[in-house]
Amino acid sequence: MPAHAFFFYIFSLIAIVSAIMVTASKNTVHSVFFLILDFISISCLFILIGAEFLGMIMLIVYVGAVAVLFLFVVMMLNVAQQKNQWFGAASGSKHIPVGMIVSLIIFFELLIVIGGWKLKPDLSNDFINLPTTNITNTHSIGNVLYTDYIHLFQLSGMILLVAMIGAIVLTFRQRSGLKKQSYIRQISREKNDGVELVDVKNKEGVKIDV
Amino acid sequence: MFDIGIGHYLTLGAVIFTIGVVGIFLNRKNVIVILMSIELILLAVNINLVSFSIFLNDLSGQIFTLFILTVAAAEAAIGLAIIVVYYRNSGTIRVEEIDNLKG
Repeated sequence: MPAHAFFFYIFSLIAIVSAIMVTASKNTVHSVFFLILDFISISCLFILIGAEFLGMIMLIVYVGAVAVLFLFVVMMLNVAQQKNQWFGAASGSKHIPVGMIVSLIIFFELLIVIGGWKLKPDLSNDFINLPTTNITNTHSIGNVLYTDYIHLFQLSGMILLVAMIGAIVLTFRQRSGLKKQSYIRQISREKNDGVELVDVKNKEGVKIDV
Repeated sequence: MFDIGIGHYLTLGAVIFTIGVVGIFLNRKNVIVILMSIELILLAVNINLVSFSIFLNDLSGQIFTLFILTVAAAEAAIGLAIIVVYYRNSGTIRVEEIDNLKG
């Protein structure tokens, strides 16, 4: 148990510090790097607590896809060199103390809820998805995900499809003055359209570009 | 102290959630940092769901975390696409200069 506590404190300390650095660092590229560090330490916590599948999926999805997407957009938009005015120096920034007060109130409300929360004593009898102990975490998630939650699973696939189409449609730009290959024009071209027979007069030649 | 229970994980989730909310409120940089703060908030929610799922020995929390992961990835893709289009149209994504609605 002390090893568990030791690793928990180390990973949660890294996670909290890097979460602060995400919002506070001057360079946006550094923010993305700290976001990656945060995701990695949280997924280490997930593996530590016993949810190995989610830890690994989190590494793949967040670090492998989402953070790289963020990094790509940050480097593409050339916003990394913008100076950060953290805490003031901005003109008329009246909202900073109000934001701090609201955030502190949110934090203490969450702490009060966590501190005063207790389970109902007879609650643990009516769970339907009790995993048995001799199969792995991934196996038990697969048992539930592809049977009870199959419709939600397919619906999340539809959400990803809609997001992909939406991102492509949003960022697609039709450029003018660009010569493109048109397959339908190539295929539908026939002999009568493409070939013309011309009677060539003697010593005059043919004008090609008509 | 050395007995890690559900309260520790929930406190960690609360701390990261609050840092995400602070990052949205106090942001003076660009909109991309706001999107990263939203990712932090979703991460805190995932910590809560996974810790409840482990400590109550019920798998529904992990399934929900999987769906939240899906929606978070879709939201990041759409949000970044909107940011790219806005940058292309107006040339800036600083939070102070996005004031078309006069809010």
